[in-house]
Amino acid sequence: MATPASNTMVQVTIDGQSISVPASATVLEAAQQAGIMIPTLCYLKDINQTGSCRVCLVEIEKARGLQPACVYPVSDGMVVRTNTPLIRETRKSVLELILSDHPQDCLSCVRSDSCELQSLSKQLGVENLPYPGEVSDYTLDLSSPSIERSSDKCIKCRRCVSTCQKIQHVSALGVSQRGFNTQVAPVFRHTLDEVNCITCGQCINACPVGALREKDEIQKVWQAIADPVQHVIVQVAPSVRAALGEEFGLDPGTPVGHRIPAALKHLGFDKVFDTGFTADLTIMEEGNEFLDRLQGGGALPMITSCSPGWVKYCEHHYPDLLKNLSTAKSPQQMFGALAKTYYADISGIDPRNIYSVSVMPCTAKKYERQRAEHTNRGYEGYDDVDAVLTTRELARMLKQTGLDFLRLSEEPFDAPFGIGTGAGINFGATGGVMEAALRTVYETATNQPLGNIEFLSLRGMEGIREAHVDLPGVGAVHVAVVHGISNARDLLEKVKSGEADYHFIEIMACPGGCIGGGGQPLINAQQRMTLPEDYRIMRTRALFAESQDLSLHKSHDNPNIKLIYEKYLEHPLSEKSHYLLHTHYQARPKYTAQQWVAQDRDHEDLDILVPWQHAHEPHPHEPHPEHLVPNPFAYPDYENTQPSLPESP
Amino acid sequence: MNPGQYEIAIDPQWSTAIDTIVAANAAQPGSLIQILEQTQKEIGYLPENVQAYLSEKLDIPLSEIYGVTTFYALFNTEPVGQHTISVCMGTACYVKGAGDIVAEFERQLDIKAGETTQDGKFTLEACRCLGACGLAPVLTIDGHVHGRLTSADVRNLLENYE
Repeated sequence: MATPASNTMVQVTIDGQSISVPASATVLEAAQQAGIMIPTLCYLKDINQTGSCRVCLVEIEKARGLQPACVYPVSDGMVVRTNTPLIRETRKSVLELILSDHPQDCLSCVRSDSCELQSLSKQLGVENLPYPGEVSDYTLDLSSPSIERSSDKCIKCRRCVSTCQKIQHVSALGVSQRGFNTQVAPVFRHTLDEVNCITCGQCINACPVGALREKDEIQKVWQAIADPVQHVIVQVAPSVRAALGEEFGLDPGTPVGHRIPAALKHLGFDKVFDTGFTADLTIMEEGNEFLDRLQGGGALPMITSCSPGWVKYCEHHYPDLLKNLSTAKSPQQMFGALAKTYYADISGIDPRNIYSVSVMPCTAKKYERQRAEHTNRGYEGYDDVDAVLTTRELARMLKQTGLDFLRLSEEPFDAPFGIGTGAGINFGATGGVMEAALRTVYETATNQPLGNIEFLSLRGMEGIREAHVDLPGVGAVHVAVVHGISNARDLLEKVKSGEADYHFIEIMACPGGCIGGGGQPLINAQQRMTLPEDYRIMRTRALFAESQDLSLHKSHDNPNIKLIYEKYLEHPLSEKSHYLLHTHYQARPKYTAQQWVAQDRDHEDLDILVPWQHAHEPHPHEPHPEHLVPNPFAYPDYENTQPSLPESP
Repeated sequence: MNPGQYEIAIDPQWSTAIDTIVAANAAQPGSLIQILEQTQKEIGYLPENVQAYLSEKLDIPLSEIYGVTTFYALFNTEPVGQHTISVCMGTACYVKGAGDIVAEFERQLDIKAGETTQDGKFTLEACRCLGACGLAPVLTIDGHVHGRLTSADVRNLLENYE
């Protein structure tokens, strides 16, 4: 379809109202401008415009039959009716037919109250289900560590398929078969863990019903909290504070960070820490790694590795670029590693009795915590992170307690992982890691204070952004920031072809970065149309507001970061840092279950890092084996034995 | 192919044939169905590794190719017999007893519609309207049309191919 220039306007009449709309608009958009919200189901702004569900049918004069408003382009003089008996009846019948093959278990569905099919049924006045008929096969795919797929709830709207294909360029989910047998599923009826799914969870955010949801870890966490032996600690990612409020009726973009420590204490967590702290630590390690590569001839461009969805994509699709990934662990995994070593040491708690939970905007973090590199660690065989809750799961836990979230008082995060700088908090938005890294890289490399700490060309929602930074004494550094795997792929193809040349690239799997993560509160199709601006811009503003409130804006200025290097890690990239804070990657086939995937390729050049990670013998910096005998300082006396550390300001 | 990328194990004769087909269609974007059709003609069917190989070659997601091969009845993802019997189940043929003809083939070949005989000789399929309603009930064997049939004709038809 030819798209006319968007600045030309045409005159259309909708339900007797004459309005002037851009010539490129659809009938749906024109109606919205006229104050009429035509009901939709398969339509998802900018992502899925296929006209396949037929819920948005309207009458257009001189057009044959009823037409779907979401894909029908306006033309000058067009006359549209959106509210006639025929339209009302047809829309309702279409919906009743969809409902005839949908389970009626709304009461126990995770999407009860946030289901677009449910609210549409109410809106269109469905009062009974007149079409008993054949019902689709039921497949419950629990294989993924991050995502659950219930095929019986799927209404074949294809919003997830378009997201997976267009936004993420992964295409783990596709449409197969035809007619009543149509399936939205991975190829060859495989499970999600047998294909190249990157576990980002963007499909969940697109799903109008409960066919796709996060793997729930709430019960595990409640159990740990109830266990008197377990010392349950929790870390909260920066972007959670920019979105959690939406679950409690606040507008997108309302920062709620100050309420989070009190809320988590109320749930029963023993200590509440800020992932912003280990974000700062990531910058220390990653920034120094970058300088090391830049000056020592290492693989460039160096690419960030804190987005586990991106890392998995790279392992499936760009194994030759694995050497370019920073070996620094993500903030979540750095925190996990320190929680059971450094924190166990200073608090005198047996690491086996520390239960480490993280609250993340991300479903891929559930996958990341279960990667072999982060599990079965140390003499004790513990996992660095024991459970990951998404922002949505945290909201559900809070709602279960009946706590009035909006009346909570302000409390600081706990020491010693309580202070994140503005640099660490900005991790939550696309461009944030690069900005934080540049601040530290600049000052570390040049020993000069950085005047203007804001790299404005790296901010915003444009798919690919870039900057040149002059490091006096080192040279000019060319950096790029991308979000959404589709954009990343475009950029990486340019890098591979030599068309683009960068020293350092930040890649976030989710559009907008973590604030737009697959574990964040859901923004439904109607909100996406009616919010005054992109919800990711609104959340980014909230995140920056949180970071502006802090007194420190450079990771290397964080007093607790200085302390942990002084007391424990020695210096960035030290042997101990390498053991605890760095990791390695591996090439993965796209389709693991297939006998026709040759598995015997030589990957020795892809395992990066220190030799002891390949052997299973414990490293000298593993926690001392005395933890294997009953610990005299073990819970519940640990609080009396804590060494004095600077308190959060 | 990237270094370190997992390769798809495929018969070298097949991959050479596919490479030729892909090269011949390279100039024309949007020719996936054509390529699949030519590949099937060459290999006989479209097994999983052929679909995956095409996905890598054409840089089209495997899920999209799988969507096409499972959408069109024309594509076979299982090996087919030496002879393919397609019985038209369009409205006219159905009314005139195509169902009985399918049942008779199923009985004589001891397979169900959509299956292939153990000796690999015959594949039986029920297909959509062939557009020869005047000859109802109609079927094709290897593309040759046989019309105005009854279930009594089944034995004769099969004998021609024995």
